[in-house]
Amino acid sequence: MSWSVEERVNTGKLHGLWSLTNRELMKWYKAPFIIFLSLIQPVIWLGLFGKAMNFSAIFSANSFNIPGLSIPKDVLNKISEQIMQNTFGTSDYFSFLSVGMLSFVIVFTAMFSGMSIVWDRRFGFLDKVLSTPVSRSVIVIGKVLSSVFRSLLQAAIILVVAILLGMNYGSITALGIAGTFAGLFLMTFGLSAFFLMLALRATDWQSQVAIMNLINLPLLFGSNALFPSKFMPNWLQTFVSINPITYGTDIGRQLLLGSPGFAPLGFDFLYLAVFAFVFASIGIIMSWRFLTK
Amino acid sequence: MRKIIEVKGLTKVFNDRLKAVDNVTFDVYEGEVFGFLGPNGAGKTTTIKMLTTLLKPTSGTATVCGFDIAKQANKVRASIGVVPQEYTADEDMTGYENIMFCASLYGIPKDVAKRRADELLQLVGLKDSANKKVMNYSGGMRRRLELACGLINHPRLLFLDEPTLGLDVQTRAAVWEYIRKLKNDYGMTLFMTTHYLEEADSICDRIAIIDHGKIIKVGTPQELKSSIGGDVIEVGVLEKEPDLSQMIMNISYVKEVKRLDGYYRIKSDSGEQAAPAIIDLIRSRGYHVTRISLSKPSLDQVYLEYTGRNLRDEQADSSDILAQRFTLRRARA
Repeated sequence: MSWSVEERVNTGKLHGLWSLTNRELMKWYKAPFIIFLSLIQPVIWLGLFGKAMNFSAIFSANSFNIPGLSIPKDVLNKISEQIMQNTFGTSDYFSFLSVGMLSFVIVFTAMFSGMSIVWDRRFGFLDKVLSTPVSRSVIVIGKVLSSVFRSLLQAAIILVVAILLGMNYGSITALGIAGTFAGLFLMTFGLSAFFLMLALRATDWQSQVAIMNLINLPLLFGSNALFPSKFMPNWLQTFVSINPITYGTDIGRQLLLGSPGFAPLGFDFLYLAVFAFVFASIGIIMSWRFLTK
Repeated sequence: MRKIIEVKGLTKVFNDRLKAVDNVTFDVYEGEVFGFLGPNGAGKTTTIKMLTTLLKPTSGTATVCGFDIAKQANKVRASIGVVPQEYTADEDMTGYENIMFCASLYGIPKDVAKRRADELLQLVGLKDSANKKVMNYSGGMRRRLELACGLINHPRLLFLDEPTLGLDVQTRAAVWEYIRKLKNDYGMTLFMTTHYLEEADSICDRIAIIDHGKIIKVGTPQELKSSIGGDVIEVGVLEKEPDLSQMIMNISYVKEVKRLDGYYRIKSDSGEQAAPAIIDLIRSRGYHVTRISLSKPSLDQVYLEYTGRNLRDEQADSSDILAQRFTLRRARA
């Protein structure tokens, strides 16, 4: 008896990509509970932060008046409305934050794309994959893609939750949603590649967690996701204007809320596309170099 | 015999100072079970990782299945199977899913993969547990699953890194059985590392003893054992006189006779054949044999002879220890 000298083998440039991507997604759709768990935090943020910072109520006729002056209610309400429009580009902070939360969940999901490669290395799984004729870059792209799928699904759920909780959906269109998710796709692709790149050589998860924690808050607060950037100090505005999260959020604000943009839509997309392309390329080039020591 | 692995001056230096593998040269022939024997940290795993293209050699060359490990890495990968030291199967997937996953990494079409998965699950006796999640597998089942995954591309050459690490005696015997079967029934070549002497002795056709990154001796277990002097027979004779040494020396297979106080210490190429002849001779001359013992040289003694010490457990680097602990923990589960 001897092995059948087979046969057809499809070892193209991208073979194995779907299995590698699906392996990670499988962990997830086999345990929907984890999806639920990982959404609790952003929902709490959205509910507490978004509802607590009820800026539109501060200047409304019921809460604000100047003793000695009798300003008509209409005037106060108009002023209030105008302030909100000028500051947040929409009638309430909750709607403003809802779009920011889409970026929030994406940053937090993309962050973990790096963790999984650290675990794979630990358990020897990575070595097994590396000993097969699968292309090195496919290993990296598979990880990025699974993270992209996850984060986009999470963002979609958050959008639904936000609308249920009272996000202003008056100007949402199907095209607007499609455009928003196209922008988020580019953003999460770039971010996942970026975090994966940081983890390519790491062997312990502690340092990986430290790096993630170091990066995620500045990345979120140094963008327009949680607060408009125009009142920030100049040095911070400079950072905001290079932060890809700013552009991903900006697309959503323009397309879902009809807010005036931080940058023209075309520029937003271009910036994110370049960002995704550059980091995916760096990730792939690094995978050729660093996956084999 | 055709060479399936040719290694010339292979060297791996970590961090510019730690010489894990030091100018190693050897050949592996088609159809044999070749064993790398040495303590932890001797350079066995590093060598296997270079041959399976997971590590780049610092210097030296090697060809595996006719392909250069540095220049034709992907061709090497496609033609070999690897069973790593750790349990690498995905715990959240079933055994069957794991095998299909491996198949896709080799670019094996689905229909072919299905057929092979069935055949391999049958071979390693996991047919009944194929649809159970791997996290419910015992250590032995995991090891057999790794074996099945390593065979999915029908390789001519299979690398096994410490295939019985952490397994109980029964499971270990079962793994040995599979190894023999692959060699005898499928004509495969197997390259394995081990630090168990009895394992090397009982299943390897040829052994290389490696220590501190250097190959110290290569040969069949028999050659290695006879190279340190063959079997030892000790015969006690009631009559202290006369000296029978010269008479015993004339018996075939006897190489050396030493007369000690009340007994003779005899070295022989084949103790089983020499011992009865010695007894017959002594009795035929009217003397009385009081006791007799025959001891065969073990690889232990061989190892001691060539390395100057017993197989020791040396400190591995911390990540190895962690991976090993995972492996052991899951083996016991």
